[in-house]
Order: sequence, then structure tokens, then C-alpha cells
Amino acid sequence: MENTGTVTAKNIMIKCNSIFKTFESKDDENEVIRNFNLEIKENEFVVLFGPGQCGKTTVLNIIAGLEQSTKGEVFVNGRKITEPGPDRGMVYQTTALFPWLTVMGNVEFGPKSLGVKKKERRERAQYYIDLVGLKGFEKHYPIKLSGGMQQRVGIARAYCNNPPVILLDEPFGALDAQTRYLMEEELGRICTKEKRTIVFVTNNIEEAIYLADRIVLLTNCPTTIRKEYIIGLPRPRDYTSNDFLTLRKEITSEMDETI
Amino acid sequence: MSKTIKFKLISVFSFISFLIIWQICTDVLHLLPPYSLPSPIKTFSTFFVKISSTSPDGSVLPIHILASLQVALLGFLSGAVLGTPLGITMAWNKKFDMMVKPVFDLLRTIPPIGWIPIMILLLGIGTQAKVALIFVSSFVPCVINSYTGIKQTSHIHFWVGQTFGATNSQLLRKIAIPTALPFIFTGLRVSLSVAWMSLVAAELLAATRGLGYMIQIARTIGRADIIVLGMLLIGSIGGVLSILLEYVENKFVKGGV
Ligand SMILES: Nc1ncnc2c1ncn2[C@@H]1O[C@H](COP(=O)(O)OP(=O)(O)OP(=O)(O)O)[C@@H](O)[C@H]1O
Ligand SMILES: [Mg+2]
Repeated sequence: MENTGTVTAKNIMIKCNSIFKTFESKDDENEVIRNFNLEIKENEFVVLFGPGQCGKTTVLNIIAGLEQSTKGEVFVNGRKITEPGPDRGMVYQTTALFPWLTVMGNVEFGPKSLGVKKKERRERAQYYIDLVGLKGFEKHYPIKLSGGMQQRVGIARAYCNNPPVILLDEPFGALDAQTRYLMEEELGRICTKEKRTIVFVTNNIEEAIYLADRIVLLTNCPTTIRKEYIIGLPRPRDYTSNDFLTLRKEITSEMDETI
Repeated sequence: MSKTIKFKLISVFSFISFLIIWQICTDVLHLLPPYSLPSPIKTFSTFFVKISSTSPDGSVLPIHILASLQVALLGFLSGAVLGTPLGITMAWNKKFDMMVKPVFDLLRTIPPIGWIPIMILLLGIGTQAKVALIFVSSFVPCVINSYTGIKQTSHIHFWVGQTFGATNSQLLRKIAIPTALPFIFTGLRVSLSVAWMSLVAAELLAATRGLGYMIQIARTIGRADIIVLGMLLIGSIGGVLSILLEYVENKFVKGGV
């Protein structure tokens, strides 16, 4: 279980080494993660799939360096994570765009912080704005965009900084079903075009199967890994194919036992 | 589009009705004697006379207006220029906040008018005392609002900045201050109106020029027309100033909420 096939240490991008996390407040302890171990290969698309409130966001935040584990450590590209950094882009559950910046301003924020010259970062931002299908919206402010478009900007913003790792926390959770399918297709397309190591959190099984190279099924709180599924279906995937539906049934019934 | 036109028409209509009712109450029905409330027509003619007449207070109207504006703007600008950064620094730096806040909290509860006597003792009745008073009254709202604004910054926005490798000073300049900007402008707006109001109060007590002074002199000799003229000018100049500030705000605050 621990070792997924013939992974050599060299191409492992993310390594979570027995992570524990307990939130402590004045009169309460809340154990959220218990002994979480995971290795993710370079350019692998891993979906963390688990029930609501099980601690998915917390796992992702620890990988991002936004939250500290109580015990255990995370390595990205061999380096121990102690704080957030530009090697890990993040797309958030709620829209986290800067309302005072235009689409262009938001997307070029990362390279700008790192001091990339205007011409170069504009070109790069433009590339990703086009890639997520927002050409023509560069000068719009986020408030004028629909939820789906805002998440597109969020994705472009994460990619534009060129991080080897991108973490996405239920980026489509707040979208209507139609937009959601569309966004899943778009993200699938972007991921085949722009290879990155991706950790994608969701509680939507279709989304998980549609996007993942590997699905990591999480238990309820305190969460740990219950089971893993390598998804070998050819891309782009078909939500209605038999293989898809069989997998869906299999994972769902496993999930029901968890709850 | 047609909605804004309609809105403007209604405003104009309400303003004109106000003048008409005022005219009817005074010149037509004589409900109030002219020495206590002059008619709008009388006030208008006083306005044109006073533009070039120095009686009864020693200065022509434009001098009074300029004197008031000068003091108000000097005081307001210095209050804003010092108060806003102070509020931002307090909100950003915990230690600094702990040091400064107790003193600030003590001083901020003193109403602007309460400062007048000590200012007169310290600085006399010249421009300086008044500028200092306006400074105090506009300083406080600037500090409070910029402080509140910085505190509004969403922790997710800070996270975004951190995952992009932003430095501490970038977090302040690129995330916290833009978040605070609408609040900072609220502070400026409040400051400006408080400044303008306390100025008139100050001029009523101690001045040799200015709109408040003009009203004060008019009161001692029973010139109600000059009093009403002064009041209307104070109101309209205050209005113009806040429209100007709104214009600046629209240039700076983007993206709406
Ligand atoms: N900063 C915090 N302090 C205290 N408790 C927290 C904190 N963050 C999360 N928790 C608790 O940890 C548990 C897991 O939260 P988390 O947000 O990681 O779950 P999730 O799987 O992402 O949930 P959702 O499906 O709603 O996104 C919850 O019970 C939550 O109350
Ligand atoms: Mg979550």
C-alpha cells in the first residue's frame, strides 16, 4: 500500500511523512489528521477524496505550509516544508482573488512579487489567461465575473508563477453542475498541456475519477488514507463509459462503508 | 441612465421647492420678520454685494472664503498625512500598537471643540491655533479608519501572498493597504467634514477673518442676511469639497465591493 509500484526516490515530488494534526483550543482538542503517509510522483495528478469536514483542507494547508503539522513532516522536491513558498501554487475553496486588481493584475501577482520584468510577466500572464479561456477579460475586475470565471482566474494565477506543485482545494465546489463539468474538462485539458504535480481535493466522485491519475480515499476525522485507486482510463475521459461507472460504483461503496 | 436623470431632476425639483417655500414664508406671507430670517432673494443680493464689500467685518467675501479654506485644508491635509500612516502602522505592528494605543484612546475621546481653549492659550487666535485644531479633529478619524481597514484584510489573501513568496513589506503594500483603501477614504471623508465643521466653530470663537468670523460679526450687529449667506456658503463649500474627495476616491479605489 505504502509503495506505489517502482517509485524511485528521484522522481518523488511530495512526501508526507506520518503527519498528525490536532487543533487545540482553550478547553478542547480536535484531532483532525492521524498518521497520514503519502508519496506523490512528479507530474502526477492526485485527488484527495473524502467526506465533508474530514480534514482535506487541513492536509492541503500543511503541504502548502500555511498550517503546521503537530507531528511528522512534508518534503517537496526533497526540501522540508516549514512555510508557504512560490514552489507550491494554491487554488482555494472560496474565491481568493484580490478584488482591487483586474484579471491581469491578479494573474501577474505572483511573478510581480518575485520581481519578474513587466514585459515577461505580462506575456506569461496573457498565456495563462488565454489558456483558461479568459481572453478579452484581462481588464475586468473579479466582481464582474461569474463564479466559474473567477475560479479560472484563480487557476491561471496559480499556474502563472510556474510552480512545480499546484494544490487545489475543491476549486469547483461552489459552481453549478453545468459549469462544474465544463471546468473539469478545462482543467483536464490544461493538465495535459501543462504538466505539473497536482494535489486536488474534492468530495465529488465524478470529478475525482475524471481528473485523477490516482485517487486517495480518506477516512472520516481524524483522517488518514483508507485506500488508493490508480485510474488508468484514457484521457479525455467519458463520464458515461462503463469503466467510469464501474469505478464510480466501486469507490462509492467503499466510501459508504467508511461513513 | 434615465434613472440617474430622473434622480437629478428630483434633486433639482426639491431644491427649487425649498427656495420657493422659503420665499413664500418670508417676502410673501411675512411669517418671519426680515431681521430674523431674510428671503432667498435678499440673501442672493447680499451675496453679490458682499463679494466686493468689506462692511461690516473688514473683509470681502472671497477673502473670508479663502481664509477658511486655507485653514481647513492645511489642517485636514496634515491630519490625513500623519494620521493615516499612524493608523496603518498601529494595525500592522503589534508592539507599536500596544505602545501608542492607550495614549491615542485617551486623546481621541476629547471632542474637537474641547481643544479650542488650550489651542488659543498655546498658539493665540491666529491661523496656527485653528490649523492645529483642525489637525486634531481630522487626525483622529484618519487613524481609526485606516487602522480598521488594515485589520479587515482576509487571512486567505495573506496566504495567497505568502504562497507567491511575497515579503512582509509586499504583504503590507500589495494586500493590506489595498484592502484598507476604501476604509482610508471613509476616514478622509469623515475627517474632511469634521474639519470643516470644527473650523467654523473655531472661527466663531477666535478669528479675524473667515466665514465663521463673518457670521459672528453679523450676529452682533443683527445682519441676518449675512448670517444666512454664511451658513449657505459653509454648506455648499463643504458639499463641493466632499464631491472633490469622492472624485479622487473613484480614481484610487477599484473593483468595487
Ligand atoms: N484553524 C482551525 N482551528 C480549529 N479547528 C479547525 C481549524 N481548521 C479546521 N478545523 C477543524 O478540522 C476539521 C477538518 O477541517 P477541514 O477544513 O480540514 O475539513 P475539510 O475536509 O476540508 O472540510 P470541507 O469538506 O468542509 O471542506 C473540522 O472539524 C474543523 O472544524
Ligand atoms: Mg475543505
